[in-house]
Amino acid sequence: MRLTLKVWRQKNSQDKGRFEVYHLNDLDEHASFLEMFDVLNEQLIREGKDPVAFDHDCREGICGMCSMVINGRPHGPLTHNTTCQLHLRHFRDGETITVEPWRASAFPVIKDLVVDRSAFDRIIAAGGFISVNTGQAVEANSILVPKENADQAMNAAVCIGCGACVAACKNASAMLFVAAKVSHLSLLPQGEPERYRRVKNMVAQMDKEGFGACTNTNACEAACPKGISVTHIARLNREYLKATFLQEE
Amino acid sequence: MGWMSQWLFSSVGRKWVMAVTGLFLCTFLVVHLSGNLLTLIPDEGKTFNAFAHFMSHNWIIRFLEVVLFSGFLLHIIQGLVLMVRNRKSRPVRYAVHAAAPSVSWSSLNMGLLGTLLLVFLVVHVGDFFVESRFTPEKLGTDAQGYVNLYAEVVHSFSSLPYTLFYVLAMVALGFHLWHGFQSAFRSLGLMHSRYTPAVIWTGKVYTVVITAGFLFIPLYWYFMQL
Repeated sequence: MRLTLKVWRQKNSQDKGRFEVYHLNDLDEHASFLEMFDVLNEQLIREGKDPVAFDHDCREGICGMCSMVINGRPHGPLTHNTTCQLHLRHFRDGETITVEPWRASAFPVIKDLVVDRSAFDRIIAAGGFISVNTGQAVEANSILVPKENADQAMNAAVCIGCGACVAACKNASAMLFVAAKVSHLSLLPQGEPERYRRVKNMVAQMDKEGFGACTNTNACEAACPKGISVTHIARLNREYLKATFLQEE
Repeated sequence: MGWMSQWLFSSVGRKWVMAVTGLFLCTFLVVHLSGNLLTLIPDEGKTFNAFAHFMSHNWIIRFLEVVLFSGFLLHIIQGLVLMVRNRKSRPVRYAVHAAAPSVSWSSLNMGLLGTLLLVFLVVHVGDFFVESRFTPEKLGTDAQGYVNLYAEVVHSFSSLPYTLFYVLAMVALGFHLWHGFQSAFRSLGLMHSRYTPAVIWTGKVYTVVITAGFLFIPLYWYFMQL
């Protein structure tokens, strides 16, 4: 099949950047979106041009590295999907596809479609962890967790940290990401010791990084490749309130 | 007090303030609409003018008025602050932006709708509130000796541009409430499969009733005077 790509090209974080148009012929409709970029880059290298920089790692939909806004939707038109698991058969032959990087002041463009997502790492470092004793692993069933809590915690723990929630949100808010981490750990007994400090420190770091506030549009949930629910955002709001009024000094 | 300001000035706390003030203003709309509906009683405005007199002279209402103005100010200032901060979070816009089908238009345009309502509010307060409170002599009195606010309301809606301005503002209010009512509950942390469907349903009924009520009054008086 034939496709026309309008791709964001930007040399570095200082460069203003622009779109460039590429025409690709003889594409296999079962190729993935990233494999199409491999084909494009081979073509560009043969022509002596700079290949398009894009993030990728596992190409199995589990690592959270791929990050492209495809025709205005993070990870493309499908739901519960990552860019690497998007195949060309979901596009029309001859279609023009616009590909942009995640857009957020907290995710500056490094080059072309690659953005710096270390803001997420700093949010995690601010509180997205639990304390455990070193040494032999404890018996897994010694701490009991209600099934309902385990299910809810698991729905949050599936977050792969790709940042599609930020890319989809009109405010470039990281609330779904932060809420998934806060919710996951606050639902489990292992997360109890740092519970109040965690939510306050993670939200403080989120604000410091320049992510926006939540307008409850649900755009994040729709774009999340793992289908993480916005109910976790409500839980984060509750946790913050509890931390403000119940934390021991 | 550091703990308090850390909460209130965080993005979570700011939304909490928006939610509390927003829901408070929702209760005000019920009172306001109930008052407006009194203009429909065919007694030449006797009941409406008496109600307006009570609202401007009862000391409990006068105290609540201060609370109401504070609520409005907090909601407006916080809304503008959030709008500016949120825009700064995405300095470079997308060339193509396609919202997911599950995302409502209202939710994406709360800032725009709020700004339209702010413009309306300035005109509206200037026209009715300021006039009746500070220069009541301009409005004259009715047979009971009360300020004749009724005549002013009826007269205002004999103008087509003025009526259209009100209709547009009330449509904006409808969209603002459509998202705002249920969104407020989530900002407060109240979201649960047990009661959230009821919250959403209540919000929709509330929005339709309030918007229809506020739309009906200017249209009724405009068409009655054609």
